[in-house]
Amino acid sequence: MSEENLQEYVTVTIADQLFGIPVLEVHDVLRNLSLTKIPLAPAEVAGALNLRGRIVTAIDVRKRLGLPALDEDMKGMSVVVEHHGEPYSLMIDNVGEVLSLNAEDMQQNPVTLDTRWRDVSAGIYRLDEKLLVVLQIERLLDFAGSSDIAA
Amino acid sequence: MDDLLSEFLTETNENIGIVDASLVVLEQDPSDESQIDNIFRLVHTIKGTCGFLGLPRLEAVAHAGENVLGKIRDKELTVTADVVTIILEAMDIIKDILAVIEETEEEPEGDDADLIARLNEVAFGGAEEAPAEQPEEAKAESADGNVSEEELEAAFQAADGPDESPAEDLKPGEVSLDELEAAFNAAPGPDDIIAEKPAKAEKKKAKKEEKAAADGAPKESIANQSIRVNVEMLENLMTMVSELVLTRNQLLQMVRGMDDNEFTVPLQRLSHVTTELQEGLMKTRMQPIGNAWSKLPRIVRDLSHELEKKIDLVMNGAETELDRQVLELIKDPLTHMVRNSADHGLEQPADRVANGKKETGRIVLDAFHEGGHIIITITDDGRGLNSEKIKDKVIENGLATEAELDAMSTQQIQNFIMKPGFSTAEKVTNVSGRGVGMDVVRSNIEKIGGTIALTSEEGSGSTFTIKIPLTLAIVSALVVECCSERFAIPQTSVVELVRASMDKESVHTIEMINDSPVLRLRDHLLPLVHLNDILRLETAADEVADKSEVKGPEEFIVVTQVGDYTFGIVVDRVFDTEEIVVKPIAPILKNLSIFSGNTILGDGSVIMILDPNGIAAKSGEAVAGAEQTVNEEIDQSARLEDKIALLVFRAGGEEPKAVPLSLVARLEEIDVETIETADDKMVVQYRGQLMPLTTIDEGTELVSEGRQPVLVFSDQERTMGLVVDEIVDIVEDHLDVEMASKTDGFIGSAVIREKATDLIDVGYYLEKCFGGWFGAGDTAPYGEEGSRQKVLLVDDSPFFRNMLVPLLSTAGYDVSTADNGMSALELREHGKSFDIIISDIEMPEMDGFQFAEEVLGDERWQDTPIVALSSHTTPQDFDRGRKVGFTDYVAKFDRDSLMQTLSQTLRAGGSAK
Repeated sequence: MSEENLQEYVTVTIADQLFGIPVLEVHDVLRNLSLTKIPLAPAEVAGALNLRGRIVTAIDVRKRLGLPALDEDMKGMSVVVEHHGEPYSLMIDNVGEVLSLNAEDMQQNPVTLDTRWRDVSAGIYRLDEKLLVVLQIERLLDFAGSSDIAA
Repeated sequence: MDDLLSEFLTETNENIGIVDASLVVLEQDPSDESQIDNIFRLVHTIKGTCGFLGLPRLEAVAHAGENVLGKIRDKELTVTADVVTIILEAMDIIKDILAVIEETEEEPEGDDADLIARLNEVAFGGAEEAPAEQPEEAKAESADGNVSEEELEAAFQAADGPDESPAEDLKPGEVSLDELEAAFNAAPGPDDIIAEKPAKAEKKKAKKEEKAAADGAPKESIANQSIRVNVEMLENLMTMVSELVLTRNQLLQMVRGMDDNEFTVPLQRLSHVTTELQEGLMKTRMQPIGNAWSKLPRIVRDLSHELEKKIDLVMNGAETELDRQVLELIKDPLTHMVRNSADHGLEQPADRVANGKKETGRIVLDAFHEGGHIIITITDDGRGLNSEKIKDKVIENGLATEAELDAMSTQQIQNFIMKPGFSTAEKVTNVSGRGVGMDVVRSNIEKIGGTIALTSEEGSGSTFTIKIPLTLAIVSALVVECCSERFAIPQTSVVELVRASMDKESVHTIEMINDSPVLRLRDHLLPLVHLNDILRLETAADEVADKSEVKGPEEFIVVTQVGDYTFGIVVDRVFDTEEIVVKPIAPILKNLSIFSGNTILGDGSVIMILDPNGIAAKSGEAVAGAEQTVNEEIDQSARLEDKIALLVFRAGGEEPKAVPLSLVARLEEIDVETIETADDKMVVQYRGQLMPLTTIDEGTELVSEGRQPVLVFSDQERTMGLVVDEIVDIVEDHLDVEMASKTDGFIGSAVIREKATDLIDVGYYLEKCFGGWFGAGDTAPYGEEGSRQKVLLVDDSPFFRNMLVPLLSTAGYDVSTADNGMSALELREHGKSFDIIISDIEMPEMDGFQFAEEVLGDERWQDTPIVALSSHTTPQDFDRGRKVGFTDYVAKFDRDSLMQTLSQTLRAGGSAK
């Protein structure tokens, strides 16, 4: 295993599924903060929040993946990433650990995967106990309506 | 990039801009020797610097250009359009090369032999060989004795860094040292970023002084007053100050909830300093609008050649300043509009002559400040807009039906040219009609919170009026609540707030016409939109409201104006106004036209900023229909003569008192505990200033605790409050002062809402608080002391005469009155003369227009300026007034502009004599 091919991922869980976000893209990890709703915004946009003076757009990743909303009594967490210089807060269920994985071990998405998932997944790692889906932030933020919302 | 090179690029680009503009001036007046000297010097500097930096291609072009200019300077060559064209061409080549250098830091490959040959042809009549591709030769020549000194100096200047010729004014991006210093002084303490700047400034200053000493030029002192600051640094500072403002607001919010504590005083100080810092920094970002105009003479000149039209471009108010960010954003729309005026607006010279106009068409640009806005007008005296053609096009493009058009006013039809999907250009010319139409101009202007209006008369020209905010960075916004969500509405579009209810009890009731809510507001119908409908928030909130059974007892209507369309936004609650820093909305949401941005409030929460333009557009067809109703209503109300809005209140007794609403700046409630005493007068801290308070008469007692309503009157920077017992109502009524009053502070009594009501004399209370209220600034009357200017006031309403006479006398004018045009003309028969006449428009027997014609028709008063005074100030009235010979037109009750107009008109008249 050559050193150069090691990729570090922050693991997060959403509805018991393990996901990985490249560690260099993660700027912050937050517990639930109060959100300001944005009327007329696409459903995937949960609102906006104030992170130390910056306005961060919160994305409901469950909605994005077509999953049911998190139980109300469960407190979610958020991972803040930056995309084209703009901060986005990805609302997920829980944050796990940082894993170093060899890029060569990443496998292609199974063709049977739901299109919504295939859309945002860069590939799959087979971990010992679970499968890890690598999230592509750019694709995750590119959802219907995000670039073309009927005015 | 190399510092030296980037300095060179900035400076050369600026110089070429000046050369461009000067060449156009020179072409118009070839005898202007100062212009040619200036142009020659600048081109020479460019050449010299290029040689120094080793840019042979640029140097060769500049050198050939300089040859031609040299011949002109030595009067061996006359200035013709061809000569100017070829020099401009050379400048364009230089610009292109500069652009490449900026990108690549390398001079691009290329061959300018053809251009250089042509330049030399002009300069030497083809006698000399083109020295084009031998930069060495050019360099060798530059070593020639009598130029070398200049050249060295030019090179020295380029090498020395930020510098400009001493006599010049501040250039874009430059800031006067005073202003920067003020900003630093205001800074509360050593902050690493701010501390960096003075150090740098000092360094630069020192460097400059060194240079001044080395140069031995005594004139350098002016140059020392300014330094060049990187725009990016200013932007960073601005962001930082914006954050500071937010933090300050946050602190204020926290302390507001607590009683007296040790933070109050330092926090107040911090608040002041922050405000000053913010204002100081804002000033550094201000640039004269002339910067956006500087390219226009050249563009118009090229256009006039291309289109074979004669065009005269007049630019007034180029020194009017606005935020550089706004300036950048309006540059292109402005250029586009001027091109449009030249291309579509102005006719061919032959057509103009045939229509009895001067052969040369005029395009006039005006800019001036008004409130927190800058107004820019673009006027041409061309063919105007052809309503019939527009109608055809509108129908052709399916924008409206014939029936709809028939119901519209000419102005509404003309406004179609700014709607998307419309272009009047019959043929696509090189100049316009390339698919970028007026709709793009309009949306660009609206994007920055501005409005654009159009008036046009077929055959005599068009006027576009653009109104844009001075700055975008920090705005005052009204915070409202709808369905337990808070939103901000920019204060600039808010006209007033109305409390209304769904039941029939209250004065203001929301009524429904076929499910469209409307409000009777004074004498017109205001279309309403519910914010929760617009934002589709209703479902959840309605359920809540139904459960709690509180729906509808009370709603707030934010009366909002977008362009000339006024509508009401219905919200659940209205909070305070707050200074907010507008942050752009996330790109992912950029298609939400309903929000113009978002911000962080004092309490740390994020709030969305509503865009009134977006709401107006969103309310869609309902609005388009309602727009008409409102306009018609306004027309009707305009026809009712002399109806004015009055604020009725009680103070010092049970009987009602009234004051014209337009004189009142704001209504406030003040906690009596906050009233302090200074100089034996009651004062209160209000918006960071001390505001003196007065009562209606000496005997009036304030309540001992609680809140007391206050009418705030404001003039320029001074503000005073009149404490009253109760604000009763606002009524719109005819005003007939039936009994003049002898008591100080009262004008007289009138019947308002069937009750005898005393009208108070605001001037008296202002005088009481400030003494020389009317004597200040440019409102001071023109003329020598002791020689009072004689004013004739013609108005049929005793109320206005009673109100204006004391006002004018206090301001130092000698006032005579007449109650209509006839009696004014009688004064003329008696041989009286005046320095200026102020006349009402609506008067019995002889109205203002007839009167003005009479005055101008007789030589005795022919030269006396006449200012029209009217409650109707539509642009049409304005035009009509100007046409019959009124010097100016002022809205009734607008005391400031009346005073200003008077002194300006007299001053203008005085200097003309």
